[in-house]
Amino acid sequence: MRRLEPAAITGVMSREVANFRSYWKSTTFSSVLEPVIYLVAFGLGLGATIVDRVDGLEYVEFVGTGMVATAVIFSSALPAMFGSFVKERFQRTYDAILAAPVDVEELVTAEILWISIRAGVYGCFPLIVSMFFGLDPSPGMLLVPLFCFITAFGFAGFGVATAASVSKIDQFSYVTTLVVTPLFLVAGTFFPIDELPEGLQAAANLNPLHHLVELVRHAAFGFELTDLLRVAALLVFALALWRLAVRLMEKRLID
Amino acid sequence: MSRGVSEPAIQLRGVVKRFGPITAVDGLDLDVPAGICLGLLGPNGAGKSTTMRLLTGQAIADEGEIRVLEHELPKQSKEARALMGVVPQLDNLDVDVSVQDNLAVFARLYRVKDVRAAVDRGLELARLTGRRTDEVDKLSGGMRRRLLLARGLVHRPPLILLDEPTVGLDPQIRTELWSLIDGLRSEGTTILMSTHYIEEAQRLADEVAVMAHGKIVARGRPSELIAQHAGRETAEVYAPPARLAEVRATAESQGLRVRPAGPAIAIVGAERAANGAIPPEAIRRAASLEDVFVLLTGEEAE
Repeated sequence: MRRLEPAAITGVMSREVANFRSYWKSTTFSSVLEPVIYLVAFGLGLGATIVDRVDGLEYVEFVGTGMVATAVIFSSALPAMFGSFVKERFQRTYDAILAAPVDVEELVTAEILWISIRAGVYGCFPLIVSMFFGLDPSPGMLLVPLFCFITAFGFAGFGVATAASVSKIDQFSYVTTLVVTPLFLVAGTFFPIDELPEGLQAAANLNPLHHLVELVRHAAFGFELTDLLRVAALLVFALALWRLAVRLMEKRLID
Repeated sequence: MSRGVSEPAIQLRGVVKRFGPITAVDGLDLDVPAGICLGLLGPNGAGKSTTMRLLTGQAIADEGEIRVLEHELPKQSKEARALMGVVPQLDNLDVDVSVQDNLAVFARLYRVKDVRAAVDRGLELARLTGRRTDEVDKLSGGMRRRLLLARGLVHRPPLILLDEPTVGLDPQIRTELWSLIDGLRSEGTTILMSTHYIEEAQRLADEVAVMAHGKIVARGRPSELIAQHAGRETAEVYAPPARLAEVRATAESQGLRVRPAGPAIAIVGAERAANGAIPPEAIRRAASLEDVFVLLTGEEAE
């Protein structure tokens, strides 16, 4: 592995920051408002009418903490997929950057890093919103941005790897329908995993988002020893998808 | 530096690049001495853009050796890129970002120490100082081109690669860019410029390398190339097809070379023609680089 130069990485990230200034309002607006809508619909609607308590938690608390994972996947996998594709194919931004002293590995790392930092922040919004609906703050919650960052790193890597693999932008529909939607629905956000049939439970344990959901709930209501394993699993996921993204983008960008 | 003969800024030896069944660059040998503007002239598909990508490490050669500013490619391509400025054929500016931020990002990517000074210099070069906070989206085509050029020069590189710098531009904007490029040349910047416009090569290039089918087929100063490949005089004949065929046959029977010139034909080396080969209605003119280009590449020039 060649050396990753910090100057190259911060240079690429400075481009993202400059661009972010032109669209931060819209992304931040939806990142804040979406959990509010979900909490009102599920938390109050479902919680007040059908479900009372889940796993010993108020349904609003259950969904509010679970929503963090939803915010993370939607602010990492999707922007990475579409963003990389557009920058690579339509705007030729990557071509411009690679003509400067920046290698594909540094480019991809910077892209993933920036998205993960952003998702680390956006992931906290559902938690903050939930506090207005009655969730009590706790010191463990200070670790939530870090958990979100690690998970987002993996999903951003997934998005970049996907962008490097598809030939047309419409093919993203397959990925969102077959991968992103199931991952976010079967993560334990809206209903507990242990009510599912055994096969699906096993599958859910392979879902990084499920581990994030558990970590966030435990951050709010008390950690368990097995949480260390969950963090380790998320780190492996992040590392693996980062390397895959670098490899596939190198193949795509260098003839 | 005390070396007697300095190494060329760019050196390619036997470079081959294949894309599946297509060989885009086919045993290319090319030297670009420091301090000159070399025009890489060739029709579309001759391998010019692939050559440019090989020089920035965005394509890896299958065979051969490439050296850029004493760096061996692809191993030291990053070091070489730090010393090069690249102006791409297609506009890839960040459209939602201000003019000055476009420059600042690249100043950082090139590790320029004083980013602010580099941005100011770039704005001045592109004559966009008054538009520095405008988004690129709001600029005219000519302004965007100037910005693209300034972006590639933000780190004051000793070598710049211009890939078809004026393709698809209005004549007026083209002339404007030509004077910018000419300014760089007179400052001693080494320039490799690919183009398929004859006039561009003739105006800006100290030397021209004609590229066809992935190799260099001729190389020299424009005047040398003309003298060597086209002679002194060309006679153009405009007539109905039947008459053109007749004129062509007569000229070719004398060993003269005839090339298509749009609706007309051009008899090259007309000064060597014997009686009757050049019909009275022909228009005689000085031989041009265009004659050389068409004869060597078999394609009509733009």
